[in-house]
Amino acid sequence: MSEFWDLTIRFFSLADANVRWVVAGSILLGATAGALGSFAYLQRRSLLGDALAHSALPGVGLAFLLVGEKDFMALLIGAAIAGWLGALAVNAITRHSKLKQDAALGIVLTVFFGLGVVVLTHIQKTGAGSQAGLDSFLFGQAAALGERDVILLSIVAVVLLSMVALGFRSFTLLSFDPGFARSIGLPVRVLQFVLTTMIVLAVTIGLQAVGVVLIAALLITPAAAARQWTDKLSTMVILAALFGALSGLLGGWVSFLAPRMPTGPWVVVVISVVFAVSILFAPKRGVISRLRRHLRNRGKVAQEHILKAMFKSGYPERDWSGYQHVSDIDSMWSFSFREMARGLRRLEKRGLLERSDGSYRLTEDGVVEGARVIRRHRLWELYLTRYLELPGDHVHRDADDIEHILTPEMEAQLEELLEHPEYDPHHQEIPRIGREASQ
Amino acid sequence: MSPDLWVLITGILAAVSCGVIGSFLVLRQNAMLGDAISHSVLPGLVLAFLITASRDVLPMVIGAAVFGVATAYLTELLDRTRHVYRDGALGIVFTLLFAVGVILIAIYADQIDLDQDCVLYGEIAYTPWDVAVIGGQSYGPRAVWILGGVLIANVVFILTFYKQLKICSFDPAMARAVGINERFWHYALMTMVSLTVVAAFESVGAILVVAMLIVPGATAYLLTDRLSVMLVLSAVAGVISAVGGFYAANWLDASIAGSMAVVAGVLLAGVLIGVVIGRRLAARKAVAAAAAAMGITRM
Amino acid sequence: MGSNPAAPIEVHDLTVAYRKKPVLWDIDFELPEGRLIGLVGPNGAGKSTLIKAIMGLMPLLSGYVRVYGQPLEDRRELVGYVPQRESVDWDFPVDALDVVTMGRYGRMGLFTRPSKEDYEIAMACLDKVGMADYAKRQISQLSGGQQQRVFLARALTQDASIYLMDEPFAGVDAATEKAIIELLKELKSKQKTVLVVHHDLNTAEEYFDWLMLLNMRLVKFGETRDVFTQENLRMTYGGKLHLLSEAAEKVARQ
Repeated sequence: MSEFWDLTIRFFSLADANVRWVVAGSILLGATAGALGSFAYLQRRSLLGDALAHSALPGVGLAFLLVGEKDFMALLIGAAIAGWLGALAVNAITRHSKLKQDAALGIVLTVFFGLGVVVLTHIQKTGAGSQAGLDSFLFGQAAALGERDVILLSIVAVVLLSMVALGFRSFTLLSFDPGFARSIGLPVRVLQFVLTTMIVLAVTIGLQAVGVVLIAALLITPAAAARQWTDKLSTMVILAALFGALSGLLGGWVSFLAPRMPTGPWVVVVISVVFAVSILFAPKRGVISRLRRHLRNRGKVAQEHILKAMFKSGYPERDWSGYQHVSDIDSMWSFSFREMARGLRRLEKRGLLERSDGSYRLTEDGVVEGARVIRRHRLWELYLTRYLELPGDHVHRDADDIEHILTPEMEAQLEELLEHPEYDPHHQEIPRIGREASQ
Repeated sequence: MSPDLWVLITGILAAVSCGVIGSFLVLRQNAMLGDAISHSVLPGLVLAFLITASRDVLPMVIGAAVFGVATAYLTELLDRTRHVYRDGALGIVFTLLFAVGVILIAIYADQIDLDQDCVLYGEIAYTPWDVAVIGGQSYGPRAVWILGGVLIANVVFILTFYKQLKICSFDPAMARAVGINERFWHYALMTMVSLTVVAAFESVGAILVVAMLIVPGATAYLLTDRLSVMLVLSAVAGVISAVGGFYAANWLDASIAGSMAVVAGVLLAGVLIGVVIGRRLAARKAVAAAAAAMGITRM
Repeated sequence: MGSNPAAPIEVHDLTVAYRKKPVLWDIDFELPEGRLIGLVGPNGAGKSTLIKAIMGLMPLLSGYVRVYGQPLEDRRELVGYVPQRESVDWDFPVDALDVVTMGRYGRMGLFTRPSKEDYEIAMACLDKVGMADYAKRQISQLSGGQQQRVFLARALTQDASIYLMDEPFAGVDAATEKAIIELLKELKSKQKTVLVVHHDLNTAEEYFDWLMLLNMRLVKFGETRDVFTQENLRMTYGGKLHLLSEAAEKVARQ
């Protein structure tokens, strides 16, 4: 255990020159993939990165065959060319046949990868040199990155990041509405080609650290996670880059702790955790916050139903001074007792109900509020029958849902549109208590 | 029988069983789901190994089916939040599951008789020596029995539920309209894909599995619009790829599984080029036809 | 047909095929300057395809398109395009002002940032369609009609002479419909030429000066009062054309 802490401290203190390289490389790689992945994700071409990465493999093998040693530069060039040919093949297949994107990706991915395996096994069997280094391209080994490798990787990463910044606007329009982009004369084909090439390069520099098989996750997952936190593309790209950098860093750490351990899978696990947190807890879009909103909304609906029921019971005599027992209230409407009890408590707190030993009555404000709910319900019914020409018996359920979401402005519009009607389609009066008082 | 022949038979069985079931993936535009499942069954396999400490078929099949269906389900779950695009969701799910599988293998390396590379390449060349022995009697390679079983299961599945699978693949809306539970058939299909994948996985490796799930089906799809014809053609394409790949591998002294994938790709490329040329000619004819038709009806 | 170089858009002998199937045949017309023109026809008649073909978004099997006598590529800045609302992902992380500013991108370099003036023009155009208050709203939070108005505002920023609009009235609320009509009138008063794909025959007669009846081929094109007749509509919407496409398909298959 103490070895674990020793190594961890050594890693994060950046005391080792070697560690510094791995950290810098991993962070830059993660950031680049995250930023570029945002555009691929928004174009719904997430899995393109996967296909490109797999199709880079024969390039790695062929470069090795030609150069005869594990030269990072040569391998990068080989991988980039092969990956880029893969991208062309995907385009050609979807453009010239009835096969869709998914099939094209699958075909290119497997066939190119198969070719890569053929080349690699051929090298292995003919014994054309130690190929221990080549294996690390499958699942990644960040610790195997040397100083020169990292410098090269960093240069490519910085160039790619600056290109993202520079072409940000054009890539945005390209991703959002390529048809319109073409209509105003943007060179859409060229831009798409540049973007694809940039993705190929990002994938290529990630091969050593993360590996062919899982680099796709570094493009997709940070982008999908970042999207949950913001509605602004620039923020999204920056966040995705940060998430990518974080997972790259932690991947590098794992690789430092256990040099024989493949790095790629750990990078993927880290970034997946970031994604899970995002999809669950992000404000607005997160599952939890949406669940809470939903519950709050249900609570509001229950409260309004109570108000409506109690208002109706006192309406014929215009007298709401009598207290009503909880069981009577319960019998007025069909919601669960617990929900009703919670609604009663909330209404009391809001000062719309008064309680006296287990019985409740509406306060003055409560009467106004109850009238408001009923008024909206009946206005909506009238609107539906008049403007959509729906028969009167079809509109009640719909109005039941709408009465809770109509804003005062919409209510005012309805009143105006319907010329301040007195009766709803069922010839029930539309109450305006509180309205006159406030006018 | 010579070992070579067994290898060839294993390859053909894997190619055909993947090809026929994969045709539905291509038709339903779910090809990448096949790719994803082929990766994400890995933790299921590893867990089955770890728990039972054996290579029995049943636990493996169960593990794979669970994770295969989980992939499809989790993707759908993310898709349904409407805050993650479907293809992105698929990528997120399968990379995570595969990563977990690889980590498990790395951690329990000494207890598992699987290594990371073998997961991808497969060791189809060794299948003849891994024989099924029952009561001291040898009955030929295990892989042949397992893959043969899966092929029969796939064929029976497709023949029995042909009508449902067909309508769900061509027109899901219509399927729902006539009361066929499209979702059920989707998951049934994914279960069969998972079973096929796991059976082929261990003996021929993930790469050949995915290639054979997608490429022969796609080749067949280029050639016909009829499902029954497509299924037969995908099997034929699978056999050609397996046989061609086997000899190519011998000639190149390289991975058999990889070579089979490459031959499948070459076959597809050939068909694609043929189809494109054919269509160019047809389009030219169509213009002439249009002109002729205009002449007839123009007042 | 004598070609008049002054015509805002001239389409000559245009044929477009999708896969093996021709969808537009031998289309020939010249748009008159400064008119509101409705493009009407049944589903699958090729209305959107015609717009896209004019905009150069579709490969042509034959024919050409001229803008004021020049190839489209040289005159793109004169043509504003409003695509169908469903053609984009409205969950995309941009706000209304971002989208509208995109209309200016054609005028700047690929790598330059929009200037203050570009944003001011975008705001002014948002205001013109009554959407100034929603400038900073994420586009998924806009109603369908508001999204449509954002698209219109985006085209307005181009300050073009010709506008091609693909179903701007589809699925919009009454307020948006009114806003679009006002906008069309304003464009007409400025002598702009506007071609609008429209699916509602009931209002077509009222909204447009000229009508183009399309069903895979150009059935009739002219001033609304001449074109909008029972006979012409029957020719456009009637079943006769099925025979035409069927015949062509048969010949193509041989």
